[in-house]
Amino acid sequence: MKPLYVHAVGVCLPGLPDWISAGPVLAGTQAYLSAEILAPASNLLPPNERRRAPLAVRLAFRAAEDAVNGFGLKAEDWASVFATNGADTPIIHRISLALAEEARVISPTDFHNCVHNAAAGYWSIAVASRRPSTSLSAWDASFAAGLLEAAALAHGDGEKVLLVAYDISPPAPLYATCPIAQPAGVALALSAGSAGAIARLTLSFSTAAETSCSDAVLEVLRAANPATRALPLLQALAATQAAEVYLPLVSGSLGVAITPV
Amino acid sequence: MAALPLPISTYTLTTALGRGRAANAAALAVGQGGLSIEPFETCTLPCWTGPVAGLEAPLSGELKIWDCRNNRLAELGLQQDGFMAAVTSLAARYGAHRVGVFMGTSTAGVQHTELAYRARNRETNTLPDWFDYRTSQSTFSVAHYVQLRLGLSGVAVAIATACSSSAKVFASAARAIAAGHCDAAVVGGVDSLCLTTLYGFNALQLVSPEPCRPSDATRAGISIGEAAGFAILDPASNAAHALLGYGESSDAHHMSAPEPEGRGAAEAMRAALERGACEASAVDYIHLHGTATPANDLAEDKAVNSVFGNAAPRSSSKGFFGHTLGAAGVVGAAVALIAMEQGLMPASLNTRVVDEAIRGNILLAPQLGRVRRVMSNAFGFGGNNCSLLIGARP
Repeated sequence: MKPLYVHAVGVCLPGLPDWISAGPVLAGTQAYLSAEILAPASNLLPPNERRRAPLAVRLAFRAAEDAVNGFGLKAEDWASVFATNGADTPIIHRISLALAEEARVISPTDFHNCVHNAAAGYWSIAVASRRPSTSLSAWDASFAAGLLEAAALAHGDGEKVLLVAYDISPPAPLYATCPIAQPAGVALALSAGSAGAIARLTLSFSTAAETSCSDAVLEVLRAANPATRALPLLQALAATQAAEVYLPLVSGSLGVAITPV
Repeated sequence: MAALPLPISTYTLTTALGRGRAANAAALAVGQGGLSIEPFETCTLPCWTGPVAGLEAPLSGELKIWDCRNNRLAELGLQQDGFMAAVTSLAARYGAHRVGVFMGTSTAGVQHTELAYRARNRETNTLPDWFDYRTSQSTFSVAHYVQLRLGLSGVAVAIATACSSSAKVFASAARAIAAGHCDAAVVGGVDSLCLTTLYGFNALQLVSPEPCRPSDATRAGISIGEAAGFAILDPASNAAHALLGYGESSDAHHMSAPEPEGRGAAEAMRAALERGACEASAVDYIHLHGTATPANDLAEDKAVNSVFGNAAPRSSSKGFFGHTLGAAGVVGAAVALIAMEQGLMPASLNTRVVDEAIRGNILLAPQLGRVRRVMSNAFGFGGNNCSLLIGARP
């Protein structure tokens, strides 16, 4: 497959609120300390949307804005891919509770926020982007599926693509069969062009086992969320080291060879 | 660049009109609708729906853990028109690992979650043993089920951009083939009736108390339907029809209302024409998204007129089987293929008097004639637009 270039990285992870602070931890020069994620509403949104944006959207925004602001991207020119297993499970929970009662009263805002592409919709409004936008899901393989869609948009359609992977924890009782233990958001800006890039990615299909994190605490984080399955890739980017990592796909794995440029 | 034109070697469609292409084509030809006033499940709202008959029996056999209304509908859809045999032959030619699965859905198996919450133990706050999020309500559930059922092992993804989901799968599959991620693709869309969408759209005051009347002066919102549709995109096929182009855009305007001038929608249609190297005048029929809400139909009218002019013949098929939400895109693609195969542009069923503000040529009766190229629109919440240009291969 043709090379794909990384132009920006952003994160919103427990204890790692942005790429600047995540860098030394992911590169292994600083210890990881978990902390609660803070995801306040984005100033990019108009007041109505800012008021209505739920946690899942705010989390996706933190990661996306970290990439855009940290690397000075003009976000309106970028197509987007939002990869999330379950989008907003707390809202699905609220709606399901309401539907189990006699009155069945659903908040209209909850309903439009429960669509899988809510974060993408808010994002297009926030950055005034009319570019194409795909929202997708592939269970624990959602990040790699998003990376493939971004690569296809870049190589098939010539788009510059902002990939945002995120998931939040479902509340009980949904949590029992959807155990996403920690919220997390990861963003990568990707294109087929090398100008201004920080790294080159070469993708391949593989049967190799997925790469785990050698640091035990980071490994817990990696397994805690579909978005953090990207951690081995982020570690190579943070260390500016050539590496080859394997990310879970639904069948087999996606090999990602990373070369700093 | 994109692998266009991309031959559509076969397809199938199951809606409230019936199972398979022939049943749907026959009903579209004679204007026989499938909407019903019978309440869905325990719904007490005064509205019409488009249910698919025969979804009562749970899935059985090896894949029974995937049981939920949405996967039952997927299973029923897969069994029509020799679709599974066609996939078997496709996989034999390319290898099961080189055939991608791209499925669109909006609510997947959420009805299963609704049932589980009603049956939950309120003391312990636990759901019944039969409930598994991954195999039912997960957005990916239907894509995973279809991949397993068809014995495929290549790339698999669920695209969920609300009501444009299963139009987007054609675009995603085409670029995945162009990028070498797979050699051929099974694309489709499955969305099933549930209380979440009925009560949710009702909360937004978008559900019609009558059968939906697209473009009508008195239209009062949507009727919700359900459908399963599938197609095979095979670059090596010599099929008569192909995906000629696709166009995608974002409104960047509002979460649940269209941009009133339809600019994003027009951009999607123009991009599809451009990608297909096709003049607007070469399109014979436009299959409208046409949901029958006051705002949507008006914005789409402006968008279509700005690209094709007012005279281009067009209709919405929502009056036949309702708005099938995440399946609406593949339903539109199937209606486009039926239109070309039958030389039939279906009527805008239930439309009596076209809204004066709508200037486009809405077909109030079926029109017969040669149909070589069709633009089919699908627009979703979040301002997500996708238009497909489907036509005879050049």
